[in-house]
Amino acid sequence: MSLSRPSFRLVLDPSGKQAPWWATLVSIVLALAVSSVLILFSGADPLAVWAKMFQGAFGSGFGLTETLVKTIPLLLCGLGVSIAYKIAVWNIGAEGQLLVGAIAATGITIYFPQLPIEVALPLMFMAGLVAGGLWGLLTALPKVFFQVNELITSLMLNYVAFLGLQFLVFGPWRDPKGLNFPGSPIFPSAETIPSLWDHSRLHWGLILALLLVGVYAVAVNMTRWGYEIRLIGANPEAALHAGIRIRRHILGVLFLSGALAGLAGMMEVSGVTHRLMDSVSPGYGYTAIIVAWIARLNPLGLIISAFLFAGLIVGGFNVQTLGIPPSIASMIQGAILFFVIGGNLLGQISLRRTTPGAGA
Amino acid sequence: MERLPALQMRQIVKTFGVVTANDHVDFEALPGEIHALLGENGAGKSTLMCQLSGVYRPTSGEILLDGRPVRLNSPWEASQQGIGMVFQNFRLVPTLTALENILLGEKAPFWHGSAWKKSRRVEIEAFAQRLGLNVPLDTPVELLAVGEQQRVEIVKTLYRGARFIILDEPTSVLTPQEVEDLFHTLRRLKAEGKTILITTHKLKEVMALADRISVLRKGRLISTIAASQTNEKELAQMMVGEQLEPPRPRGNYAPGEVLLSVKDLEVHADHGGRSLSGFHLEVRAGEIVGVAGVSGNGQKELAEVLTGLRPWKKGHIVFQGQELRAATVRSLIEAGMAHVPENRMKSGLAGSLNVIDNLLFKSYRLPERSRWGFLRLKDNRSWSRDLVEEFSVRTPSLDTPVQHLSGGNQQKLLLAREIRNNPRLMIAVHPTQGLDVGATQAVHDLLEDLRNAGKSVLLISEDLDEVLELSDRILVLFNGKVAGEVSRAQADRHHIGMWMAGLDQESP
Amino acid sequence: MDWITQILAAGLSAGTPLLFATLGGILIERSGVIQLGAEGLMLMGAVTAALMYLWVPNLLLTVGAVLVVGMLLGLLHAFLTVTLRANQIVSGLAMTLFGTGLSATLGQPVAGAPLVGSAPLLNLNFLSSLPLAGPLLAHLDIFTWLSFILVIALTLLLKKTSFGLRLKAVGDSPGTADVMGIPVTLYRYGCVMAGSALMALGGADLLLVYSPTWIQGMTAGRGWIAVALIIFSQWNPLRALIGTYFFGILDTLGFRIQLAGSTIPPYFLKMIPYLVTILVLILVGWRTRHRPSSAPRALGLPYLREQRL
Repeated sequence: MSLSRPSFRLVLDPSGKQAPWWATLVSIVLALAVSSVLILFSGADPLAVWAKMFQGAFGSGFGLTETLVKTIPLLLCGLGVSIAYKIAVWNIGAEGQLLVGAIAATGITIYFPQLPIEVALPLMFMAGLVAGGLWGLLTALPKVFFQVNELITSLMLNYVAFLGLQFLVFGPWRDPKGLNFPGSPIFPSAETIPSLWDHSRLHWGLILALLLVGVYAVAVNMTRWGYEIRLIGANPEAALHAGIRIRRHILGVLFLSGALAGLAGMMEVSGVTHRLMDSVSPGYGYTAIIVAWIARLNPLGLIISAFLFAGLIVGGFNVQTLGIPPSIASMIQGAILFFVIGGNLLGQISLRRTTPGAGA
Repeated sequence: MERLPALQMRQIVKTFGVVTANDHVDFEALPGEIHALLGENGAGKSTLMCQLSGVYRPTSGEILLDGRPVRLNSPWEASQQGIGMVFQNFRLVPTLTALENILLGEKAPFWHGSAWKKSRRVEIEAFAQRLGLNVPLDTPVELLAVGEQQRVEIVKTLYRGARFIILDEPTSVLTPQEVEDLFHTLRRLKAEGKTILITTHKLKEVMALADRISVLRKGRLISTIAASQTNEKELAQMMVGEQLEPPRPRGNYAPGEVLLSVKDLEVHADHGGRSLSGFHLEVRAGEIVGVAGVSGNGQKELAEVLTGLRPWKKGHIVFQGQELRAATVRSLIEAGMAHVPENRMKSGLAGSLNVIDNLLFKSYRLPERSRWGFLRLKDNRSWSRDLVEEFSVRTPSLDTPVQHLSGGNQQKLLLAREIRNNPRLMIAVHPTQGLDVGATQAVHDLLEDLRNAGKSVLLISEDLDEVLELSDRILVLFNGKVAGEVSRAQADRHHIGMWMAGLDQESP
Repeated sequence: MDWITQILAAGLSAGTPLLFATLGGILIERSGVIQLGAEGLMLMGAVTAALMYLWVPNLLLTVGAVLVVGMLLGLLHAFLTVTLRANQIVSGLAMTLFGTGLSATLGQPVAGAPLVGSAPLLNLNFLSSLPLAGPLLAHLDIFTWLSFILVIALTLLLKKTSFGLRLKAVGDSPGTADVMGIPVTLYRYGCVMAGSALMALGGADLLLVYSPTWIQGMTAGRGWIAVALIIFSQWNPLRALIGTYFFGILDTLGFRIQLAGSTIPPYFLKMIPYLVTILVLILVGWRTRHRPSSAPRALGLPYLREQRL
């Protein structure tokens, strides 16, 4: 048998070309199609589910506001996660970092209930930041000094943070007037982030989160710090040869990463729920991983994907009326992630014709 | 007497993306001959051989064995046809023993009982002995010397019944004595009727060993000729394609004050074990000091200690009159130490970052490059443009990720960066590995320019030819110590080879 | 039964789900692929077992269904990471998120429904005369016995067979394995699918033996602990046995301390396995700091034959 017959074969060209942006869109559509089949399996009508979800997330002023409200923690956590991924550290502990940020901010309201707003809010802000940052450091320290895989540490710490939260809201911090509801007392109004407009759940945190995305874009691309971060992410060994202190950067970046998630937690309790509850996060920290990955760590992409996934969460709650658990949202998220990573690489595969004598 | 070719490759084309590595190559080998493929790095000889051994598939063209067309879709299929290849980077599982590596490709029973293993061990030992190849069978191969690993590779290939043996640049990592042994083995195999194909860019070896020679240049086969009907000069011309430029006149050797002095250095390797001990070195301003030796004798650790990447246990290092205690990479960069690391894509460049970012590696902290923590983006761009032009780095744009540049341009970029940082001492490890002849010459010129300007170069290379060509003084590293030192004028291959093999500890 | 036997018994039943998942992970990682989707796979295994057993209460069918689901999800992971060479970590995370969500969605109808009599015990009375563990071994369920057999089988497979030798080559040096005619892709697909099936089986064991009621998210991080145990065991099935029972004991320790009348809030007791996981990994990292890692050399690296370097 010879090669004289023309033949086709699949070629994977790994030359590093990124898939075009629409590959992500196509992947998302495919993921939704597959999710439809799974919804069908679980005994519901996919079209009804999609309609309900879309209606819930974007179909009304209330829904849109809710989606924007949920964009805030996703954006902040996604930002934190992105910074960690920039130096190839797999922080999947944003969930736990968010929770300790929420706990710390609540601590301020519990122990200093009488503070004026101009003291209380900055203090809570700092508390959330620092608590989240320290929680992030707990992941970084074993990694830097004992080569412990950060994925496992950060994930284990999520469970620890959640159990800590449960202890507080079922125990010492439970609202005595709350009729056994697992939650802290409602914050005094001086300790809540003001709304963007009257009677709205949407608060100033959104503006701050968007600003921080801008800061991230500038910091990564235009500063010395950002240069070092990019270098470590692109090739840690080369960074070592350039005299960059990688360990220090890992510690710093994970502090920052955790701090941003902690800030998200602070904003959730102070801006949205106005109390600490055990259901304060419907998995923002996990969704943020997908938000960051789908955005390819790009600032503008982060804003778009955080908004879309916030819509997915809000829509997910809305389908409960159809007798479907809101966890359907996390199934769809997983499916989207599968297709997006697959789709990005499928973009590198091409069908080539091999014919004898043809030079190309 | 006309023998039928045992192996034919017809009109072979192989492309990688836009690069054409083989361009309509016609190649033939006769049974029982030693056939050398001669060509510069990047001429396409390894690519051609990889298609023969099934690693790559030809983009077009056909391969015939004994006149029958064959399809070699994988190394396994090639070995079924009796083709075995000894790669430049050996294809041995480093964690397995030689015995296990040899058994790996065997049709073995599912159950590996101890009786079965023992019988195989006896058989392979006898097989190796018959070939005159002595290999330790029960040590993980990563612990063996390079020459031993190569012997394991050859035994493995032959044990699998190869009648065509391809060796890809087999001598580049061996000492001169090991090269002799290898040639001896190859002649013996030829006498047994095996066909041996060897790729190399070393003219002397070709003339010493081969029956016939095929010269490749820029992916094309230029000519196939019997060794008895040609000479080194003619081959060199075919290989390079034009009249060789006469070498540049070398500047006078006028060493200045001592720039770097290392005394009684002891360094540990990654996992315990000493890799340098009782090591002495002196480098003066305005000289190139070459460190020759088989890899794994402490070269890597030496370069790492001198660039601040590795701590040392004992000894004194004095650089520009100052004793280094706990040197950091950063402080050494600032003190004027430049480094061309062994593997440019592994530790010298960040492939996914663009040209500007890669040029900034060592200088981004300087006030000219950044201010108040912000990079001077505009200045850096024009600075990079100047550098790229001055060192004639060919790149589509300054925003191109450097992984898309050719090896030669990557290396020029790296050298541009290191030289522009105005170093006092340049530590260059294998600076021309994998470069074609033009790029190699450019790199050599840059290193000599540094020396002529009164700076120093510490050249660490496994390639003895390169060390001999460039160095004013040559040290040979063996087993973590300087086995011998010789000046350029008195350098003698044979003696250096003895030092490299650890056979002679005396200076001449 | 004396208290040592009791603790061992508790460790055994809580540890066996982890053991299945860890063994699966060892098999997968030995081929050079990381599978971080253990949590999602365990949940999918558990929910499949619940649905199948409540539909047709036949253990063989149930286990068969669980294995098929695990293999299909493994096939997905293998396709993404081996064929498309996607980032193995991200694919594993996607697997966990997907499995968590899908299991919750599919399990909605059976949530809280108890399974009755699902895992038969093997009464081997002749073993009860053995000291210490004798009474324990005499009345174990078949899943536990299956896990013992798997440990031995996997150990022999890795150490004493041509498959084990070739797998080592695939995991340490796929380029070499390929040249030697070992079908790297096939080995990786096979290991990822078989290992993922074992991870799903771990989830099924959790549901059928340890806690026979489907609850959303019932694995509570056990999949991740199994991932940690792969590292703790240094890719060795026998060490995995020790590690998983240690964690099994820890898992039940909180409950026991509470029963003993402790005033420590249960939330803190529940933190123990998670914190110990981190501590154990720190210990492993510290002990192996001067040694080359015993992880498969090519772990996490996709392999492509026609790669130009």
